[in-house]
Amino acid sequence: MKLSGAEIVIQSLKDEGVEYVFGYPGGAVLHIYDAIHNQSDVEHILVRHEQGATHAADGYARSTGKPGVVLVTSGPGATNAVTGIATAHLDSIPLVVITGQVTSAFIGSDAFQEVDSVGISRPCVKHNFLIKRAEDIADTMKKAFHIATTGRPGPVVVDIPKDITDPNIKIDYEYPEDIKIRSYNPTVQGNQRQIKKAVELILAAKRPMIYSGGGVVLSNASEELTTFADRLGFPITQTLMGLGAYPASGKNFVGMLGMHGTYEANMAMHECDTLVAIGARFDDRVTGDIEKFCPHAKIIHIDIDPSSIAKNVRVDIPIVGDVKHVLVDMSKELKLAKTEPDAKALESWWKQIKKWESGNCLRYDKNSALIKPQFVVEELHKVTGGDAFITSDVGQHQMFAAQFYGFNKPRRWINSGGLGTMGFGLPAALGVQLAHRDEVVACITGEASIQMCIQELSTALQYDLPVKIIMLNNRYMGMVRQWQEFFYESRYSQSYMKALPDFVKLAESYGHVGMRIEKPADVNSALTEAFAMKDKLVFMDFITDQTENVYPMIAAGKGHHEMHLQAECVPTQSSDRELA
Amino acid sequence: MRHIISVLIENEAGALSRVAGLFSARGYNIESLTVGVTEDASLSRMTITTRGSDNIIEQIIKQLNKLVDVVKVADITEGSHIERELMMVKVDAKDSATKDELQRLADIFKGRIIDVSDDIYIIELTGEGEKLDSFINALEEKIIIETVRSGATGIARGKKALQV
Repeated sequence: MKLSGAEIVIQSLKDEGVEYVFGYPGGAVLHIYDAIHNQSDVEHILVRHEQGATHAADGYARSTGKPGVVLVTSGPGATNAVTGIATAHLDSIPLVVITGQVTSAFIGSDAFQEVDSVGISRPCVKHNFLIKRAEDIADTMKKAFHIATTGRPGPVVVDIPKDITDPNIKIDYEYPEDIKIRSYNPTVQGNQRQIKKAVELILAAKRPMIYSGGGVVLSNASEELTTFADRLGFPITQTLMGLGAYPASGKNFVGMLGMHGTYEANMAMHECDTLVAIGARFDDRVTGDIEKFCPHAKIIHIDIDPSSIAKNVRVDIPIVGDVKHVLVDMSKELKLAKTEPDAKALESWWKQIKKWESGNCLRYDKNSALIKPQFVVEELHKVTGGDAFITSDVGQHQMFAAQFYGFNKPRRWINSGGLGTMGFGLPAALGVQLAHRDEVVACITGEASIQMCIQELSTALQYDLPVKIIMLNNRYMGMVRQWQEFFYESRYSQSYMKALPDFVKLAESYGHVGMRIEKPADVNSALTEAFAMKDKLVFMDFITDQTENVYPMIAAGKGHHEMHLQAECVPTQSSDRELA
Repeated sequence: MRHIISVLIENEAGALSRVAGLFSARGYNIESLTVGVTEDASLSRMTITTRGSDNIIEQIIKQLNKLVDVVKVADITEGSHIERELMMVKVDAKDSATKDELQRLADIFKGRIIDVSDDIYIIELTGEGEKLDSFINALEEKIIIETVRSGATGIARGKKALQV
């Protein structure tokens, strides 16, 4: 088959089984856009800003496990995509981002719309390529998909100068079936000796704790994790990125951990004697002060990325490998073991955890005359049967969503955990809805975050994407306001936005349905009404209590046992713990 | 502690900037960095001298390994090894006393005078960094016009080798 460089780019996508390309045309990619025009296998989704393209592709990837694909032009097209690329990088999401580049002969001459895309993206990609010959396009595309999706996944940028996509130069095309890269061989299987040692430690534990993260979701190991935790009867906490891998309704779940984790999860981390970290990376929002982190615990750490191990926290038994494979091997090893977990010790450990739980650290005022953001999320759970895909932006609403929605399945909770990118939620929801046309998709957002990528409302109309926007409108950058209240004596510097638009009219002008909800009594009926409009994007503007804070909270530099709690929630102190 | 880390990396455009970028982005220190092609033209050998605690060196090695272009990494200071650096010093040899003195010093340090023109000598010296430092210290400061040092490079003794 003889094809032009531009046709090879698109044919490679077809051969990779790509359904959607999220993009925005421009000078350097016009040949490629012409090749898109002449086919129908790969559908192009025209966004309104390149950042939206990367987040939409990212939402598609997170909700399906398949790589998201982005196509943007050189210069500003590439730089606008950088925030989305970095977002995917920090959360290890597979993306292939094709950036146009100026004609080879102009590279380095400060040509129109020229930037060094490979240089700019280098620190926030898993890998990147600048293709120099049309003959290399197919192989490079294969490598890009291979690198993006294997090992610890991540974004890969492929920069393609305009001249090598010339429609008049046709060359032989063959897409490689597989590709070997001698310098790239991620470890999949865990070391058996280490696994054996880990199982011995697990079975000897008196106060064990499982701490699992986004790696479990990425590795599709939700079932294996659930089996593992239930078989042992160990308490399990999950990171923001890991929610849903073990069901929130599961009997061993003690809630999210970290800065806004539950009291019981953080206290159990602090007091445990054996910590099993699975596909989690000991992020600073999780650990708090490293010096005070899990002071009594021996730590087992399972991760596919060797550089995650012992990066922030010392580890006693590291296991490098794919979480799914390692969990399968550990379960086998557990079956072979002659001993069982110490039932008596576990019982008393659980008794202690229940005591911590009894303080009900996520309590909020249910009789308030104002709409509480937590209440909206709880009602959303009811109206959607707890089974919707939820995307979120970044801030208080994100934490409320994480704390109150109760995710029972993996890949249902889609948020920017690592980079904390405001503006992520709406475009991500579009990507999720494209991948799951018949499922319910909602974006929980705030009035500050939504405005960072609000132009994508237009994309939603063009492609009939009926996502539901649940905007918790407190007229503040809520999380900034909360920090200013706690740590800056309530000096609310620049966290209040005076000139908000009328979001109902705004939604309507984009061709959608807008609703404003101002009373708690209307929350459930409004949600019910909105979700009944199955083929409409409904933008719901919930006017919420401005003073609500996210609790519990561990201030930066504090330990897990040093949480801020709401006054009425202070439960049993750790001093009266009864430990085996 | 000072470590010499040896890296086999794909001989491709941009490979050096990936390594240099990694060090600057993560705040690791680079004392010296040398690169050259190996007997296999598709591979470059990079030698990086760095300092850091054991934890940092462990992370540096892991992070280098994580770069897709990197084929192999070794900390050659872990075992018995040989380290060399090349230096060229341009000096002002204006009178015969200085010329004699320079010849004597070069002999002591097993260096060579490799160029002489218009009362200017260029002296070449190889060895470990400390030896080169001592040579510089032995020279009268005001006669030094220019020094060029290659940065350290090294190789493990015995059978141990960094190969594909």
